[in-house]
Amino acid sequence: MNPGEHVTEIVIFTVLFLVVSGMGFVAARWRRPQDLASLNEWGLGGRNFGSWITWFLVGGDLYTAYTFVAVPALLFGAGAMGFFAVPYTVIVYPLVFLVLIRLWSVSHVHSLVTPADFVRVRFGSPTLALLVAITGIVATMPYIALQLIGIEAVLKTMGIGGSGLLSDLPLIIAFVILAAYTYQSGLRAPALIAFVKDILIYLVILVAVIYIPARLGGWEVIFGRAQEKFAATPAQGDGILLNANNQLQYFTLALGSALALFLYPHSITGVLASKNRNVIKRNMSALPAYSLLLGLIALLGYMAIAAGVKPIGTDNNTVVPVLFDQMFPDWFAGIAFAAVGIGALVPAAIMSIAAANLFTRNIYREYINPQATDAQEAGVSKLTSLVVKVGAVLFILLIDPQFSIDLQLIGGVIILQTLPSVAIGLFTRWFHKVGLIAGWVAGMGGGLVLLYNISNPAIKHAHFGGSAFPLEKLGFDTKMTIYAGFLALLLNLIVAVAATLIARAAKVPDGPDGTSPDHFTADEGDPRVKDLELESST
Amino acid sequence: MSSPETGQERGDRSPWNWLLFVPIVLPLLTFLFNSDEPRVAGFPLFYWLQLAFIVVGVVCTTIVYRMTK
Repeated sequence: MNPGEHVTEIVIFTVLFLVVSGMGFVAARWRRPQDLASLNEWGLGGRNFGSWITWFLVGGDLYTAYTFVAVPALLFGAGAMGFFAVPYTVIVYPLVFLVLIRLWSVSHVHSLVTPADFVRVRFGSPTLALLVAITGIVATMPYIALQLIGIEAVLKTMGIGGSGLLSDLPLIIAFVILAAYTYQSGLRAPALIAFVKDILIYLVILVAVIYIPARLGGWEVIFGRAQEKFAATPAQGDGILLNANNQLQYFTLALGSALALFLYPHSITGVLASKNRNVIKRNMSALPAYSLLLGLIALLGYMAIAAGVKPIGTDNNTVVPVLFDQMFPDWFAGIAFAAVGIGALVPAAIMSIAAANLFTRNIYREYINPQATDAQEAGVSKLTSLVVKVGAVLFILLIDPQFSIDLQLIGGVIILQTLPSVAIGLFTRWFHKVGLIAGWVAGMGGGLVLLYNISNPAIKHAHFGGSAFPLEKLGFDTKMTIYAGFLALLLNLIVAVAATLIARAAKVPDGPDGTSPDHFTADEGDPRVKDLELESST
Repeated sequence: MSSPETGQERGDRSPWNWLLFVPIVLPLLTFLFNSDEPRVAGFPLFYWLQLAFIVVGVVCTTIVYRMTK
């Protein structure tokens, strides 16, 4: 690929990227607070976002650049299995409606910032909160790195980037700019940028799904060519429909991913930033507009097959950018690439803020400086957000991208292990803290063992080759596969129940519960409990 | 919905919430949609029906939102 052929694309990409970066810096003055120096303001935008901002912010948060390149890449490579992204995003909103809304209320009452904060108040156990915080940070890091893969796929298609330090420079510059405005503006930056990002994405995708099928001869042709391609490959699992062996994997992956999605710290950050319960509820019926978009984006993978797209090198993630490059006039391809590139910035900013808040609230304040003031907390979070981003860049530069995809896979499995403490904890205090810790250890260990034992001949990995665990390895006489995270979560729950019963029988003291039932239904305007520890210690 | 006048026991329980289980369960039933025919506008059933579930999700969450507001 020669950058010379892509001048128009590069110019448009760069201009849009710079405009958006400027917005990121200006965002500090948007809906100006009296003082940005608290996590409430820097990390949650003042907890004051209304329906529209929340729609753009959460949409920009959950549907990442990586989604836009990786989901179609999955359909391109394996067919129907990749379409799990659609049921997954259908399931997630009613779940949020039922579950996260309670987290919003209890966080409002107790001024909580992270899911681990909630666990700390609910179960009175700093250890359990620490485990939840570490799980969140570890799961989020590779997710940020993956956003860079989204940008990298676009840069590669434009003939820049690839290998060598100099060619990584554009990627590094993009991330330095991102780090700088996140540092300055906090959650306001991605909230403001999300408007541009989403408008660009909607524009590009709507044009793509009308224009490209028309050029290729219609949907019949697209599905037909995809079918021919999968019929010609020796692989068993692919095809435009599921087969007898991967249906279990399909629905457990959809359900497991939906449960994992709203446990991710960055989703929770987006939800907690909204103004009141009705904003969240209204958004759960408006956000599926993005799912429709995602379904159409997924089908770009089949369009790429029909258009005879060849990925750059062995990197299937480049099929969508290459498709755009082949199909669109240069100026529109430039806009499309900018949409993907900017699409990476919004979630990357929110994720780094979420990870930084976890460190500040559940490690720094819990173990290093219990008397931290609001300003100190905000300062630590800002610095941590920089560290997190440097870490993500190093990930991409020093490690094989395939490795961060593997880590992201592991991330989904491990974040699921916080479900009993965070999600079930929102409904019942039945579990004993010892039970939850034991369940976490079992689920985490079990999940890693399962993932370790999944091989993938296609990418020559003997271990960590995917999330589809063959049931045959557990002694079942079948070729069926199941989502590893689902099995690990079952193990977690069984151990948590058993250990809770044992701890009760042995009369192990449980932690105090700082909540009362009405805290889970409180709304905007209801009184807040000022942090008790903070009050008694100052 | 019918919150007592004192307001202290304003729960989030409502029979309408059960409606939310429709879009949670429906997309998990692969036997419903794992088929090529009937096609709609060139889309195999597998694709158009799952896209249609998005609409089911929107309808259910909207109804529950309106009834529990």
